[in-house]
Amino acid sequence: MNRLTPLAVLAMTTALAGAASAQDLRMTIWSANEAHLAVFNEIADSFTADRPDVSVTFESLPFASYTTTLTTQIAGGNPPDLAWILERTAADFVNSGILAPLNETFSNTEGFDYGDMIEKPTELWRRDGELYAVPFSTSPLAIFANTDLIEAAGARTPADLIAAGEWTWDNAMATAAKVAEGDKDGIIVRDFNYQTWQNLAAIWRGWDASPWSADGDTCGFADPEMVAAMTFIHGAIFEDGAIPGPGESVDFFAGDAAMSITQISRASLLPKGDDAFAWDLVPLPAGPAGEYSVIGQAAIGVFEDSENSDLAVDFLAHMTNPENSAKLAQFFPPIRQSLLNADTLGATNPLLTPAMIENVVVQGIARGGVLPVHEGYSEIQQLVRAELDALWQPDADVEAVLGAVCRSIQPLL
Amino acid sequence: MTVVATHSDPPRRKRVFWTMDRRDSLVGYLFIAPQVLGICIFVLLPLALVFWYSLHEWNVLARTFRFTGTENYQRLLSDPGLLKVLGATGIFSVFLVVFNMSLALLLAVLLNQKLRGITIFRTLFFSPVVVSLVAWTIVWSFLLQNNGGLNGILQVVGIEGPNWLRNPTTAMISVVVVQVFKNVGLNMILFLAALQGVPKELYEAARVDGIPAVAQFRRITLPMISPTVLLTSIITIVGSLQVFAQIAVLTKGGPGMSTTVLVYYLYQQAFEFHKFGYGATLSILLFLIVAVLTFVQWQMRKRIVFYEK
Repeated sequence: MNRLTPLAVLAMTTALAGAASAQDLRMTIWSANEAHLAVFNEIADSFTADRPDVSVTFESLPFASYTTTLTTQIAGGNPPDLAWILERTAADFVNSGILAPLNETFSNTEGFDYGDMIEKPTELWRRDGELYAVPFSTSPLAIFANTDLIEAAGARTPADLIAAGEWTWDNAMATAAKVAEGDKDGIIVRDFNYQTWQNLAAIWRGWDASPWSADGDTCGFADPEMVAAMTFIHGAIFEDGAIPGPGESVDFFAGDAAMSITQISRASLLPKGDDAFAWDLVPLPAGPAGEYSVIGQAAIGVFEDSENSDLAVDFLAHMTNPENSAKLAQFFPPIRQSLLNADTLGATNPLLTPAMIENVVVQGIARGGVLPVHEGYSEIQQLVRAELDALWQPDADVEAVLGAVCRSIQPLL
Repeated sequence: MTVVATHSDPPRRKRVFWTMDRRDSLVGYLFIAPQVLGICIFVLLPLALVFWYSLHEWNVLARTFRFTGTENYQRLLSDPGLLKVLGATGIFSVFLVVFNMSLALLLAVLLNQKLRGITIFRTLFFSPVVVSLVAWTIVWSFLLQNNGGLNGILQVVGIEGPNWLRNPTTAMISVVVVQVFKNVGLNMILFLAALQGVPKELYEAARVDGIPAVAQFRRITLPMISPTVLLTSIITIVGSLQVFAQIAVLTKGGPGMSTTVLVYYLYQQAFEFHKFGYGATLSILLFLIVAVLTFVQWQMRKRIVFYEK
């Protein structure tokens, strides 16, 4: 027995030493899509290949409660090492000081090519010039159109309107309303559901409307541009029937609507086989204020309090280097200049034609503004949602409701 | 000097510490120890912590945990949203309790018959209780959509149904009805058990005396099942104040704030707006409301319960 003791001690010491040096990086994400996870795991494997003591776990959380679950983990003293962060909460996360700074590591990591990242789409994720999260996905909002439905209804297709130089919101809604006269629906603002009002930015930016001023201090809901844009949207819902009304569930990808405003990553939802329909992907129409583009972003940040924060920053640099950004590009359009071209994106997005990539993705990212953001966004979002509920009635007084929105949120701006 | 006991001293009996009483007490305490320990760790400690948090401003993202004394409690008094929230909570609870208990009693009386196949109906009405709450509510959210199942059925009979979840009044009715149908089976079973415990002789005597059925129900049934009425009313009222999932799935507190009940409001404050201190203060308020209502009901038991002394 005595002879075994040193062996046992040695075994225990080895096990403890192994446990002490093993590092498990945990990253929370809101996708549970197998294809997404396969790419993430491939990138993680290439990171851990020469780091035998390191492992990387991706934890998928439901999208609807993603930020709530993440903050609960933080409150419980169990934050992940890395996390996806939605643009709407960017200001809260970046300004809180909870994220680790990235400039130094990114500048010193060989092959990262920090200068290749386009600066404009990173503005949301910087504070005093320091980058705190990498917008690995910058996806322009665009319009998917079911050309079978539109042609069957005898309406003008987006392609016709673009060719004629008449791709405006008025004409787009006319097409949607024409299709909605039958038993199908017109145009859907995906994920809006009369709750996520910020998605309407895809329309109101055409009027140059904004929920608050550039410095975030003054409410913009009652401004004439916003009143005009919301009056247009209200009319499209309750007078023209071009947009499905509140409480109605319609799925473009099931072939039930003429058009859908969403991001290009949704192309994977297009039906195949017997259910397939002819479709097109076009940029957002011009509004009274001219042409514009809106982008949706998601970034990855590292929590400074994480035990493995240095290693996590190294992993983030690895994950978003040029080689891996190209792999991610099939789902998540990158902000790297070298990758933003029809050849690279076309290789990973076989569903999209070079024209679609050039017109929608490349130009969209170059000129796109992000969805509205503000510090303390969650509370503002709820207050606006509650007040806007009065707008989604057929006889609503648009100007009065938007005035009430401003009275409600101005104290928080 | 040695003291020697004399024969005249009374014999000194050795004092036994572990008397029968003490041993019984120890065994008793040991029996309840696991439960007491559980209550201390999982009930009293969190309660104390919630109270402690309510005295602080705690923002998890900004990593601030600052003692603010009674600031959060003062905010309760000046929160413009709280009055609407308490109003919505009160309306929800009153309608839920009245509707739930009346329906449960009615069903229990109807199902307290010796008929062939009656157990099938009892099972049918009880089955929603064992269904997952979220699954139940999601199915209802589809049924209650403007172009959903319920309005589809109404359309068949020529009625244009309202947009149930988008109008403040119908949204409140919807969440109450969804909750009642989910849980009415539980109260129904409790009432059914109580009804079956009422001695048959009382009804026979009443029949001999020519007492009508309604009077029998009022004079015999209700007094005899009054302990169950008290129990179910306490359970239902406490449950109605803690409703959350139905609101989160069906209305998210809307339209406006018409269905934002207290638990949903405190969830928003703590977990969505990252104001854990104020969220804790709201939960203290909820605790006090539940405690006061339960205390009042318990005090009223002598009036409500027929044979309570």
